[in-house]
Amino acid sequence: MSGTNDFVIKFATVNGSGSASANTIFAKTLFRMGIPVSPKNIFPSNIQGLPTWYEVRVSEAGYMARRDGIDMMVAMNPQTYANDVAELVSGGWLLYDSTMPRLWQRTDITVLGLPIAEICAKIWKDARQRQLFKNMVYVGALTALLDMDVKVLEGVVGDQLKGKEKLLAANMQAVAIGREYAQANFQCPLPIKVRHAEGAKGKIMLTGNEAAGLGAVYAGATVCAWYPITPSTSLAEGYEKHARRFRVTKDGKRNYAIVQAEDELAAIGVAIGGGWNGARSFTATSGPGISLMSEFLGLAYFAEIPVVLYNIQRGGPSTGMPTRTGQPDIISCAYASHGDTKHVLLFPASPTECFSMSADAFDLAERLQTPVMMLSDLDIGMNDWMTEPLAWDDNWVADRGKVLSREELEGFAKAKGRPWGRYQDVDGDAIPYRTLPGTHETMGSYFTRGTSHDENARYTEDGTIHARILDRIRRKFDTAATLVPKPEITTRDAGGKTGLIYFGATRPAVLEALDYLERDGVKVNALRLKAFPFTEEVKAFCAAHDRIFVVEQNRDAQMRQLLMVEAEVPQEKLIATLNYDGTPMTANFVRQAVLKQLQPAKAQAAE
Amino acid sequence: MTYITKPVAHHPALPRNALGLTHRDYEASMSTLCAGCGHDSITAAIIEACYEMDLPAHRIAKLSGIGCSSKTPTYFLGRSHGFNSVHGRMPSVTTGANMANRDLVYIGISGDGDTASIGLGQFAHAVRRKLNMSYIVMNNGCYGLTKGQFSATNDKNSPSKKGEANPFDAIDLCQMAIQLGAGFVARSFSGDKKQLIPLIKAAISYKGFAFLDVISPCVTFNNHPTSTKSFDYVRAHNLASENKLDYVEPKEEITVSYAEGTTAAVTLHDGSKLLLNKLDGAHDFRDPDEAILTIRRNASKGQVATGLLYVNETGEDLHDALATTDRPLNEIPVSELCPGSKALDSINARFR
Repeated sequence: MSGTNDFVIKFATVNGSGSASANTIFAKTLFRMGIPVSPKNIFPSNIQGLPTWYEVRVSEAGYMARRDGIDMMVAMNPQTYANDVAELVSGGWLLYDSTMPRLWQRTDITVLGLPIAEICAKIWKDARQRQLFKNMVYVGALTALLDMDVKVLEGVVGDQLKGKEKLLAANMQAVAIGREYAQANFQCPLPIKVRHAEGAKGKIMLTGNEAAGLGAVYAGATVCAWYPITPSTSLAEGYEKHARRFRVTKDGKRNYAIVQAEDELAAIGVAIGGGWNGARSFTATSGPGISLMSEFLGLAYFAEIPVVLYNIQRGGPSTGMPTRTGQPDIISCAYASHGDTKHVLLFPASPTECFSMSADAFDLAERLQTPVMMLSDLDIGMNDWMTEPLAWDDNWVADRGKVLSREELEGFAKAKGRPWGRYQDVDGDAIPYRTLPGTHETMGSYFTRGTSHDENARYTEDGTIHARILDRIRRKFDTAATLVPKPEITTRDAGGKTGLIYFGATRPAVLEALDYLERDGVKVNALRLKAFPFTEEVKAFCAAHDRIFVVEQNRDAQMRQLLMVEAEVPQEKLIATLNYDGTPMTANFVRQAVLKQLQPAKAQAAE
Repeated sequence: MTYITKPVAHHPALPRNALGLTHRDYEASMSTLCAGCGHDSITAAIIEACYEMDLPAHRIAKLSGIGCSSKTPTYFLGRSHGFNSVHGRMPSVTTGANMANRDLVYIGISGDGDTASIGLGQFAHAVRRKLNMSYIVMNNGCYGLTKGQFSATNDKNSPSKKGEANPFDAIDLCQMAIQLGAGFVARSFSGDKKQLIPLIKAAISYKGFAFLDVISPCVTFNNHPTSTKSFDYVRAHNLASENKLDYVEPKEEITVSYAEGTTAAVTLHDGSKLLLNKLDGAHDFRDPDEAILTIRRNASKGQVATGLLYVNETGEDLHDALATTDRPLNEIPVSELCPGSKALDSINARFR
């Protein structure tokens, strides 16, 4: 099935060898040729020495999920030769450094030997250069093998080397050497090759973390505290990078404040302090950070303090797989902290959404006076996604929620018919009015506490009051369900009874699978969750379908559990469809899972 | 009853400060601590200091962790916003609050358990970041609210009420604060109002991290004759002699006179001054090494050196390090902070 503009190529290299930039150049070149590409960086928790892979799916049809079946392997790491070669599809191609020739067991693949180390040793004297240019030599060979546009490649290299123009010529020399060797020694181009296309036109390529960091700048966040943890680190760095560009006053002062905290406890503490004091305030972390932040999240929930938390999920439990993706923190975030708690969650499904949903997250946090968690993951956060360009509505007005100004505070009793009290539900939406320190000489001061308190924020051990406050905060969650983003529904079979629920990074795999399933004669309606609590649309979708596949990347079917408990969907309806090996989901996985239930014979045939 | 309000009626003859406020306007609800608790004296000293400094209470934010000491913000400055956070985490919450609004006065209240055990990391890093705040530890050497367990500041030779020996060395928070770069470090005693009030005033006026460790005996669990944190012990071993203090407001003239050559004046960020009458043998409080040595030497003799221990008058704070704009961040409208759709064109172009 692979062919022109439709194949998967994988690079097996060594961490720290400079291969990452060469691989990015490769993917970006195809992207600029207008071809939809989806690169996935599969990297170790290591700085130098361990194996690392870069998988690029090329799909003129625009399918951007990871795909099984590697058509071509660029094997540059002898440590992993055995596994890498085994991964190739029958009829695939293996490009390797033949300076040390090998005998390969497989006879069903084409082996392309390129003596890279030997070539580089002849041309470059410096050991580091010899190493770095190796990568550009194989990229050069690929330009011939895959028929890539070298002019476009040169443009990409030039952009990467901005400020280091001297290196451009040397890099292009390496490309030329690889290209010439391939042209002289291999049958070029191969049956898998590329050509200029339209699918990537108008799109951009960026990571979700950079998009989310930029989103926080656009949403007006001014206070950020974070602690380094893979895969969330680049989010705070993205925020800082863009804040440095857009948030510096004429006199060189900064309209933002970032602290790299001593740990995750402090990071969320700082963010909560900032939110309490009226700044849009956030932190970014991953699974272990959520565990550490849990006590503080309960405080912010109970004391009703707005704060935004980005959780870039990775494989757990414990330290788990820090450099692999997953969706294993649904329940730990939904109910983070001891006692009765429930939190608002958002599920972006692309870098573009990481950007746009940031504004929603800050609006919701301030409107609802509660923590809002954006649950992204390593795949969205750290991989370059081909995605829609970022857009911003200049008519957007931030929703700062119920914060009383000095005048509003003075006129409160008259306007609302009763005196102000920090935790009074005046409007019936369970959201009280808050005041900021420094607002008024004699009015509006109150004591924020995690201990039980009455409607006027006074300490209490009266059980009736305690229960009353807990009930109101729970009612606030009903209000939240009317405010959070509504799901994306794809109807393929109006009135059909088979549904599928998914969220986050699995979107490309699910949408592709729906196409295949339709070809298999199976029409499935799909709903993409964008938020928790579940909105009416989610409940209606569940009511309208008899069989619902719940696709997620964790072992315990956490979203399915949440649907059972919080949307009261009968569990027999919900079919857990789970992948938790740390790799991004494939369309084939979803298709097989559905077929196994609905057309077992077909599923077996397709195995 | 879990909350005791005080009557709001004022005696008409109560003296008023420059803002026209009485003492009572700086008070809050009734203390629910044990009768005679040292913490109540510190509460009174904070009220007195703020009253005398004519501080508008609504421009003060008072934050605390968990424990007996951390309850006290409910008992002072009822017109200020307060934040009783989680155990040992007052420093991070105060950091965030301060980042959001640099114009308020931040008073952090903590205890020896809250700071020297569970919150040691947060304390250390707030000091390191030179957060502009007054950090007051009400130090009684024990966990009062959970009934008298040793805390990390209890001296090794100081037994519990039941006579149980404390096997571990004490953490000296003042030494730590100096080592970590606090700009203002003092130790005082809840029973010495004359020393405590000027120190609180100076700590509030100081720009940067001002640390005040106040020994504050726990009358219920750690005030027995063998305790080194008891009223009697501290009175008998207090070297308040380190320096006698007077706090002079910017607008005041210096009227106190000490014998020539024995007075030193520390100028604080707001123009106020702390006058110190140095007695014989007092150390140079601008020298961090001498300050640490003084604390250690006296402690080895069973003495407690109180007074201003160290000050660095350059007065740098977190906002200097972060180059934050002068305007409080929480006052800048989002419309001014958002780069808008135009800027996205060039951003999108970079990702093509």
